[in-house]
Amino acid sequence: MIEARRGLRFLLNDEEIALADAAPDETLLDWLRLRRSLRGTKEGCAEGDCGACTVLVGRLCGGQLVYEGVNACIRFLGSLDGCHVVTVEHLKGRDGTLHPVQQAMVDFHGSQCGFCTPGFVMSLYGLWMRSPDPSDEEIEKALQGNLCRCTGYEAIIRAARAVSSYGQGGTDALALERDAVASRLKAMRDGRRVEIGEGRQRLVVPASVDDLAAVLEAEPAATIVAGSTDVGLWVTKFMREISPAVFIGGLQELQAISEANGFVTIGAGVSYSQARSFLAQRIPALGTLIDRIGGDQVRNMGTIGGNIANGSPIGDMPPPLIALGATVTLRRGGERRSVPLEDFFIAYGKQDRRPGEFVEALHVPLPKDGAHFSVYKVTKRRDEDITAALGAFHLGIEGGTVSSARIAYGGMAATPKRARAVEAALTGQPWSQETVEAALAAYDEDYQPISDMRASAEYRMLAAKNLLRRFFIETTGTKKPFTVKRYEEA
Amino acid sequence: MTAHQSNLTSSRISGGVATDRRHDSAHKHVTGEAVYIDDMPEPAGTLHACLGLSTAAHATIRSMDLSAVRSAPGVIDVLTGEDVPGENDISPTGKHDEPVLAVGKVQFFGQPIFAVIAKTREQARRACRLAKVEYDELPAVFDIAGLDPLSDRLVTPGLTLKRGEAAAAIAGAPRSLKGRMAIGGQDHFYLEGHIALAVPGEDHDVTVYSSTQHPSEVQHMVAHALGVPSHAVTVEIRRMGGGFGGKETQSNQFAAIAAIAAKRLGRAVKIRPDRDDDMTATGKRHDFVVDYEVGFDDEGNILGVDFVYAARCGFSSDLSGPVTDRALFHCDNAYFWPAVKAVSAPLYTNTVSNTAFRGFGGPQGMVGAERVIEEVAFAVGKDPLEIRKLNFYDAAGESSGRGVTPYHQPVEDNVVHRIVAELEQSCDYAGRRREIAAFNANSPIVKRGIALTPVKFGISFTATHYNQAGALVHAYTDGSVHLNHGGTEMGQGLYIKVAQVVAEEFQIDIEQVKITATTTGKVPNTSATAASSGSDLNGMAAQNAARQIRDRLTAFAAEKYEVPVEQVVFLPNRVRVGNQEIPFADLVKQAYMARIQLSAAGFYKTPKIHWDRDKGRGHPFYYFAYGAACSEVSIDTLTGEYVVERTDILHETGRSLNRAIDLGQVEGAFIQGMGWLTTEELVWDDKGRLRTHAPSTYKIPLASDRPKIFNVALADWSEAFEPTVHRSKAVGEPPFMLGMAVLHALSDAVASVAEHRVCPRLDAPATPERVLMAVERVRKVASG
Repeated sequence: MIEARRGLRFLLNDEEIALADAAPDETLLDWLRLRRSLRGTKEGCAEGDCGACTVLVGRLCGGQLVYEGVNACIRFLGSLDGCHVVTVEHLKGRDGTLHPVQQAMVDFHGSQCGFCTPGFVMSLYGLWMRSPDPSDEEIEKALQGNLCRCTGYEAIIRAARAVSSYGQGGTDALALERDAVASRLKAMRDGRRVEIGEGRQRLVVPASVDDLAAVLEAEPAATIVAGSTDVGLWVTKFMREISPAVFIGGLQELQAISEANGFVTIGAGVSYSQARSFLAQRIPALGTLIDRIGGDQVRNMGTIGGNIANGSPIGDMPPPLIALGATVTLRRGGERRSVPLEDFFIAYGKQDRRPGEFVEALHVPLPKDGAHFSVYKVTKRRDEDITAALGAFHLGIEGGTVSSARIAYGGMAATPKRARAVEAALTGQPWSQETVEAALAAYDEDYQPISDMRASAEYRMLAAKNLLRRFFIETTGTKKPFTVKRYEEA
Repeated sequence: MTAHQSNLTSSRISGGVATDRRHDSAHKHVTGEAVYIDDMPEPAGTLHACLGLSTAAHATIRSMDLSAVRSAPGVIDVLTGEDVPGENDISPTGKHDEPVLAVGKVQFFGQPIFAVIAKTREQARRACRLAKVEYDELPAVFDIAGLDPLSDRLVTPGLTLKRGEAAAAIAGAPRSLKGRMAIGGQDHFYLEGHIALAVPGEDHDVTVYSSTQHPSEVQHMVAHALGVPSHAVTVEIRRMGGGFGGKETQSNQFAAIAAIAAKRLGRAVKIRPDRDDDMTATGKRHDFVVDYEVGFDDEGNILGVDFVYAARCGFSSDLSGPVTDRALFHCDNAYFWPAVKAVSAPLYTNTVSNTAFRGFGGPQGMVGAERVIEEVAFAVGKDPLEIRKLNFYDAAGESSGRGVTPYHQPVEDNVVHRIVAELEQSCDYAGRRREIAAFNANSPIVKRGIALTPVKFGISFTATHYNQAGALVHAYTDGSVHLNHGGTEMGQGLYIKVAQVVAEEFQIDIEQVKITATTTGKVPNTSATAASSGSDLNGMAAQNAARQIRDRLTAFAAEKYEVPVEQVVFLPNRVRVGNQEIPFADLVKQAYMARIQLSAAGFYKTPKIHWDRDKGRGHPFYYFAYGAACSEVSIDTLTGEYVVERTDILHETGRSLNRAIDLGQVEGAFIQGMGWLTTEELVWDDKGRLRTHAPSTYKIPLASDRPKIFNVALADWSEAFEPTVHRSKAVGEPPFMLGMAVLHALSDAVASVAEHRVCPRLDAPATPERVLMAVERVRKVASG
């Protein structure tokens, strides 16, 4: 085996960084502000919810250099090996001219207190790169992860709409240096594992999936860090030790998503953003759902595999994947086993993952022709909110009769959980209002939800039942609209 | 930046009043170059503090073992209440009910009981968690719904407003009803959390950089806590990353701890709480329970109203007295109550001490008034807008005897009729109400609703002595001008507005006016930048200072060039003296050579106002600000989820100093008000622990929560009734309450499930859960 490299290498704006002393739990934000004195990037919440710390991270994906907005507050240095970190300080032209995104924000009065502004600028910059003349819907989606308390957003939206009228951004550093950056990043890839520190300070970046398997066999108690949208909070909010931390976000082998024989296979490292359009084309309801998970920054970091592996009862991907009948592949060393996803979640905080094992991939059967599949997420705030109750419905209906039913909910129990009694009450019955109303009683067998800050138990139960009603209306009704929508779906 | 070249022939200066100047820091905001306190270069050896918070809501501290904290890596010192050298109190109203660090007893879950000082912030945070504190729990009160406003413990005496005989009027009215409304609180969620950096000086001196709306109060509190004269303490703030009232008194604690530690250790000390600690340990908007009784006739004319406004104040008085007073001052909103009695009850609870928040109790007062209007409308079966219009105060110039507030101040400047009429027309209220009815008739699941609500908001601090301001202006010999005043910049654009006033006064380009950080060393004894008063007060004070210098220049020029003073005229960037024009800079230089004083301290106090709290009578407000909003919503009657389809706003800000800034205030305030009444929900558990202490659990509006269609206009005909600065009007708070239109549109949509026969009595915040539960209730009541 090649000897491990003892330091991280990445680009910060136009500077090459070599870090031999990065701690496993050192966040990009603290490093930027405290060690690099780049204080344009702000801390608003330290949990990936406000976007004041938004920076762009560029990485090579299949040879292409892709820049994505991320939350620096919950991004660890260990995840940046071979990446290009771009902060707000990099936007202004060398001659001092503002970038079109910045100039539009100035001209349209898009800042008041200004504290969230660098984050907004970076999110809009990321949007501008991928969509120079965006629709309002795209703008709003790009800003789901940015909170502003002063402006009411209207001025920011006006600025975002106007950016394209400021020319092509000829001085844009990333456009000018794109090829150079790509080759610099390519040159950093030496195929070596990175290992830094010992004991409580141990950080490992495996060189490959096989290497990851080897690392975990040797250190089964290691913390696996993919998108760090959850592990980030273990550090910033709970000050938990995560050493040894194994960073898998750079493993391209885990980022494959493909379809064959009626199954979609999702590598454990596929982010929501990477999965979105692929899944939306095949299972539209999942595309709509992903758009309501976190903000853009969280979707760029967070992985579907991580959403499964951490086993939260309010994770949004497990219920629909359970309803679809997905299985999860777990790997330890060279051994693999496959588990139906619904059996993976044993109890609150307890998953069927053995020491040294990691989630490698998910296999999701596509709904059969004629089957109905819908997912409904209910939250206090429409976007960037954590589920109060989420229902996923997958029904086969043949000749007006329910031939098969897989229904699963999040937020209703200590784990993502199937509604087996409700399924039983529907299966074999005519798909009718009467059947639906009769099945509602079965919810009390399936779920005893709790009251917390997101919703009362009473509301959770009522909303959960009403989601079945909504599903029925949607599959049979004629009087639209069936629910409230910000945008008509294309 | 190169020096600005003034145009000596232009007909207008750049950046005078009534121009849409950008925020003075906009170009620094977008590049990340604007310096907030946490961005300042730290003096060598700066230490970092973290607060240790109580984990009991009401308890005596049996023991507090901090040995593990003291021996944790990087820890330099640990402070407790006993280490406060002066007075361990930061009560802003002098009630001595709020310790810097609690000693012996805690009164809310999250109360600061010690502070760790360490080499890094991270070390201080980690060390805090090692404390071993044992409590003997005492009975605790969290919720006010079960309290008796008239007999339970208050943090400060309540107020009673009374005009006429409300009880008799209600009893004698053809119809009457009573009800109760719960109105939730609100976290400020300034994006920049609290922060203070204290740098020790010689003798007793300390300089504190504090993210505060009230530098003078921070100065005084720090001085008290240190036991030193105020002259030893200098407080400076260039900008805050948002305030909204949350940094009016709540900065005191952080500043005091940083200063105590800095003086004790002889090193700079910074404290920046994590967002969770910030939200847990600092006060919020008061939540209220309003009991109301109203007498009215079959037309919907309100004849008498009786209100009790009970507020959850938390463990100390803080600003709860004036906040609950202001709730009563707005129990009328824009309506004349022929007979009224309103009582406030600032109740003691074992929760964080609630504080100022944009509107300062006024919003809760108005929400109560609007509930009464809504109840009457449902009772008489009319559109609530009709009832609103029926009960308005007399318009300005009209005198049908409906022009006196519950606190006996005449309403002389009322333009609400015109605002509402214009908005009603421009947003096509009537046409859309018909369309909505047609839509609802054919839509079983999704229901729409619409509401148009007015705002009348009183401008001035109700503490009369706060209505004063100072400014300091220097003209330098190159003609550039240094501007300082007591107002603070939190994003609202105060600095640019005041600079515009000064530029206008001197007739020089605004580029020649240097905006400088607010500091207690330049302008003393200032009032909080609050109560929407920033530009009214500081604009006038700065104008006064500039005018003094201008008058001296005028006198000097008249004498030197031997012309009458009338022949000295300030033109853009130049002064006409007799027949010649002299560049402003040259005249200043000449004045300097002639030993003319080129520096002036300006002062302003608001005229006309007075208030006798014991009698409940007076003229507490210099004037009123008006506006109205119409919102349309869609709700899903299966889940309670909703979308704001459209909002139209017409708001007046007098002859605006800067319409772009004012428009931003109106838009931002509306969204913040909407958030308060919709998704922003504070939840405490049965241990008194706040469960919504971060943006993951506390949901302020996003860009995608804006109304899908959002039309905001400033009334172009508006002009202040009183001689305010350039006849402009305050804008900070009044538009916050325009958010009520969304609450009432949601209520209207809910009511449609039973053909508007049942008042939904939708409490705030109207989360999807509350909307769904209201739908269920309305259906149940309607079906008998």
